[in-house]
Amino acid sequence: MGSFSYDLHIHSCLSPCGSDDNTPCNIAGMAAVQGLNIFALTDHNTAKNCPAAMAAAEQYGVLCIPGLEVTTAEEVHVVCLFSSLEAALCFDDEIYHHLIKVKNNTEIFGHQYIYGLNDEIVGEEENLLINATDIEFSKLFPMAEAHGGVAFPAHIDKDAYSLFSNLGFIPPECTFKTVEVKNPAKLTELVGSFPYLNNCMVLTNSDAHYLEHINPPKNTIDLPVLSHTALINKIKRPIE
Amino acid sequence: MNNNDLFSIEEFKVLNEGSVKPVTSVYCSDLLSSVMGRAKSETAWVTVMGNINAVAVAVLADISVIVLAGNAAANEDFLSKAQEEGITVISSSLPIFETALKIHEAING
Repeated sequence: MGSFSYDLHIHSCLSPCGSDDNTPCNIAGMAAVQGLNIFALTDHNTAKNCPAAMAAAEQYGVLCIPGLEVTTAEEVHVVCLFSSLEAALCFDDEIYHHLIKVKNNTEIFGHQYIYGLNDEIVGEEENLLINATDIEFSKLFPMAEAHGGVAFPAHIDKDAYSLFSNLGFIPPECTFKTVEVKNPAKLTELVGSFPYLNNCMVLTNSDAHYLEHINPPKNTIDLPVLSHTALINKIKRPIE
Repeated sequence: MNNNDLFSIEEFKVLNEGSVKPVTSVYCSDLLSSVMGRAKSETAWVTVMGNINAVAVAVLADISVIVLAGNAAANEDFLSKAQEEGITVISSSLPIFETALKIHEAING
């Protein structure tokens, strides 16, 4: 049992808005330098840089959770994390089928580099990853769980691409138990407007698109043991 | 009609004067995915999305002018990107439908 520092929402150079310096290896290295116990790689609608990130993280002694940040049909961002690389890549495949395909224009949106295990570019994603999928918000959560993962609404306090900016309410069929808030100072106001949040665990992550924005070890999560499964279970059922 | 012909509409305010482009139609959407998939060039795009991705999408879809309806906020990143890309941005005090109607009337006027 312990309290572990985390940053569970980070973008690599595979997200078009992510810096080209955010290679999987550099992210793992930065997490180690920052002294984080756990980080998650959560590129837009893809987990294709997770193999490289997990391999580097193992070398550096940091736990890397494979994941992605899905854009729902309503253009709400939802972070999905998985207990294994295999599960994340299987989900990645499914999400890709649901991604509305528009060819990326690197001059407008940026590059989308896929990295290999030797810290080298092995490919570039040709379809724009920041486009939406055709998956409805409330359907995404059971989809992630069916793949052995868990989903939580990202940056719910942001004024764009968030649950409250785009939907403005929590659909009644939703049962998620964890949410992410960008600015913890806004939490009291949010809970006042949406009492559902009283029963949620609140995570605060960097949503880093640049290496220097990866969080220091200021946010912690209590886990029975430092493992992928323990983290996923904690996000699924934070209050037993 | 060109995008700068819209500047004289009473309820409109220019936030960025970009390249002069023709306007022959109006498109209303707040979902970037729909704009990327469906908006045509020579279009005035009416939206409440005043964030940086909206500018990128306007460039991709060759939008002639972004019109932010209902006094929707345009953040700093959005305005800098619009300046950088030469995208004309107008703020309208009217809601989306009335904004689009004004533009439609100007095109067909």
